[in-house]
Amino acid sequence: MTTAFHLAQFNAARLRAPLTDPTMAGFVAGLDTINALADASPGFVWRLAEGPDGDATTVRPLDPDVIVTMSVWESIEALRAFSYQSTHLDYLRRRREWFRPIAPASLVLWWIPAGRLPTVEQGCERLARVAAGPSPEAFTFRQTYPAPELTART
Amino acid sequence: MTAPDDLDSGLAAVAALADGVRRAAYRAVLAAGAGPVGRDEVAAALGVGRTLAAFHLDKLVDAGLLEVSYARRSGRTGPGAGRPAKLYRASAAEHAVSVPPRAYRTAAELLAESVERSGADAALFEVAREHGRRTSPGADVPDLLAAHGYAPAETPAGIELRNCPFHRLAEQFPPLICGMNLAMITGLLDGAGASARWRARMDAAPGRCCVVLSKNNGG
Repeated sequence: MTTAFHLAQFNAARLRAPLTDPTMAGFVAGLDTINALADASPGFVWRLAEGPDGDATTVRPLDPDVIVTMSVWESIEALRAFSYQSTHLDYLRRRREWFRPIAPASLVLWWIPAGRLPTVEQGCERLARVAAGPSPEAFTFRQTYPAPELTART
Repeated sequence: MTAPDDLDSGLAAVAALADGVRRAAYRAVLAAGAGPVGRDEVAAALGVGRTLAAFHLDKLVDAGLLEVSYARRSGRTGPGAGRPAKLYRASAAEHAVSVPPRAYRTAAELLAESVERSGADAALFEVAREHGRRTSPGADVPDLLAAHGYAPAETPAGIELRNCPFHRLAEQFPPLICGMNLAMITGLLDGAGASARWRARMDAAPGRCCVVLSKNNGG
């Protein structure tokens, strides 16, 4: 099935210590596993990856101690299944061992035309937007909005 | 979001359970977990006739507590396979009635969001573990988990939990509430003196609690 819109995801996390610090070893050790799990997940389309390690940890658009992830999925359900119904959840459970909270929002979701890729600048802009409250242009799992195509049909 | 005044809809669902036999029928379906059951199994579990079991099961469907599906149970198809059996499973809808009006779910959501925003996950996990540890020593582990609403089911690998007592909250705050579950169950095992035999760990999957229990080798 092809859909006109895909779901983009952008997440920011403030490091408690540099990635080379021993306290971060548990997170660093899981990076490859979790990235590989995402790549192999049903509905996965794309994720931000840079540098020799093939991850996004060198991308620091917000602050030198804030790492980001950005990815594209076929549906909200596909991203939800990877995020919360896989071994990824156990890493999320341990997030405060490695990251400080970013208030009021560290995650944002939005719809993009299928075939296009979001930019890091767009991710930062959508995160700032969701901080003011969810909308069809910037939302979270707790308050989702249907893809524009579905809106037009109803 | 749930207002405290779901009284009318909630009351109809809860009132359907006032009859003791019907309540037992509901429990029998819940105990089966995700797998739907037929009236014969419920009748056998309750020690009542099939017609009476079906009567109560259908009343529970009317009240929105159970859902119906049809399937041939024998695996046979074609002529001679018989009519598909009417099967029952628990509805995903939740019903809560509070008199006078109380909105603990809203309070729980606000508290969870505050914990999330302040990054106090570790404090919640610690409190949950301590809460679990207060259980009496020597309790049977499946009984203990059942008493806390987890609907335990033994599997070859250990114990799966077919119900999440915090389902709605867990859907909204998965890392926080699933972590709380893990800490609380770990605490329950400690308190019951069963942590040498059982280990709780995260194994997230749809349709059940994200925590599973495995047997410790040589425990």
